[in-house]
Amino acid sequence: MMRMRGPATDLPIILEDVTIVAGDMAILDRLTLTLATGAPTMLVGPNGAGKSTLLRVAMGLMTPASGRITWGGRANSPPLRRAIVFQRPAMLRRSAAANLLYALSAAGVPHAKRGAHVAELLDLVGLAGLSERPARRMSGGEQQRLALARALAREPEILFLDEPTASLDPAATKALEDVIRAVAARGIKVVMATHDLGEARRLAGEIVLMHRGHIVEIGGADTFFTAPRTDEARRFAAGELLI
Amino acid sequence: MSTDASALQLVLSGDPALIAIVRLSLIVSLSAVLFAAIIGVPLGALIALTRFRGRDGVIVLLNALMGLPPVVVGLTIYLLLSRSGPLGAWGLLFTPQAMVIAQAVLVTPIIAALARQTVEDLWVEYQDELAAMNVGPLGRVATLIWDGRFSLLTALLAGFGRAAAEVGAVIIVGGNIDGFTRTMTTAIALETSKGDLPLAIGLGMVLIAIVVVINALAWTARRAGERYAG
Repeated sequence: MMRMRGPATDLPIILEDVTIVAGDMAILDRLTLTLATGAPTMLVGPNGAGKSTLLRVAMGLMTPASGRITWGGRANSPPLRRAIVFQRPAMLRRSAAANLLYALSAAGVPHAKRGAHVAELLDLVGLAGLSERPARRMSGGEQQRLALARALAREPEILFLDEPTASLDPAATKALEDVIRAVAARGIKVVMATHDLGEARRLAGEIVLMHRGHIVEIGGADTFFTAPRTDEARRFAAGELLI
Repeated sequence: MSTDASALQLVLSGDPALIAIVRLSLIVSLSAVLFAAIIGVPLGALIALTRFRGRDGVIVLLNALMGLPPVVVGLTIYLLLSRSGPLGAWGLLFTPQAMVIAQAVLVTPIIAALARQTVEDLWVEYQDELAAMNVGPLGRVATLIWDGRFSLLTALLAGFGRAAAEVGAVIIVGGNIDGFTRTMTTAIALETSKGDLPLAIGLGMVLIAIVVVINALAWTARRAGERYAG
């Protein structure tokens, strides 16, 4: 149903000299980055590096204080083909299925097709048996998976994920990573913040190391870990603490 | 003891005068809450979702108006509706309609203030998700009101409790006319001063029963909300 909106694509997303300030602190400091079709991009770096802010800006939820951002060449693009899973997703006070119905309706999916989509999405994220469970009564891992399904309901071409596995145990993390891999295999561009290096290695693609609002290094997963070019990347890849 | 007994008898035997009074009270207060909800819920949502100069002042005023003295509301509506008042031509003074207006004025701030709080709390939580789902302004309001429905229902019941229990406003604009504008509270006031205690006590029992039922409903709504919405 997205094709009805025409062939306009949001990709590539290009950020040029984007600066975001909070008070007198630069959260993003003249940051330049291109997000294009391809394997998952993993944003890594310590807390406060600006990963979440970068995701929000690329999603179009924050306006930079200075700099430029374009989606498929357009400076102004509503989030029709972009979706995001926040670090702490807000669950609507409805059942799991109703959360997905809501997202499908917001995405403009015709009424008659929503039911089948809901079943499909719940199945994809492994929540098929929990469709009538109130979303806010679900466990943290289940909520993350429901939030992922809700984001996928928009049939995005690019999906932003903000540390979706941060508070999950290994089994739940694996379940979520499997879904993310399946999503990427369908051709959806995944951009994911994490501070788990192992996770970055498992899912990348491309690694973007951020530190203090800057991008320190960008590289393929293979070269980033084996042949880092910068001192920060070397230390980060070796598991040292970047402060 | 004998007055208590005859009061109970009045209630249980379904005394027609008593039933007429209870019926009018319910109609007036329920209508008032209906109108107050139609105005108060959107008003509360509007204040919750907009930012304007003096907003804090409006919120403080709205919260203060929750404690509006019924007699002052009664007096104000009386002045507006009296023959020489600006709305005197409507001829509404000393009618049940006037009582509905007065109680609606009394209850609207309660519903608006509680609705604002409910909608604003939800908005803080939902803001990013709704923006990410590209939900427009009307869709946002509808979502927040629907997801806040259990809290909003509690607000309506609080408004109804206030309306049903007040005497100051309805006695001034209604005039406590027998068989026409006499409600439970005005009847209790009158019958007590006349010394007809059985009717006063009987009405008092009914009124308390209604208040208990309202609170039970409010409690049930909250529990249902917690169970269903988490």
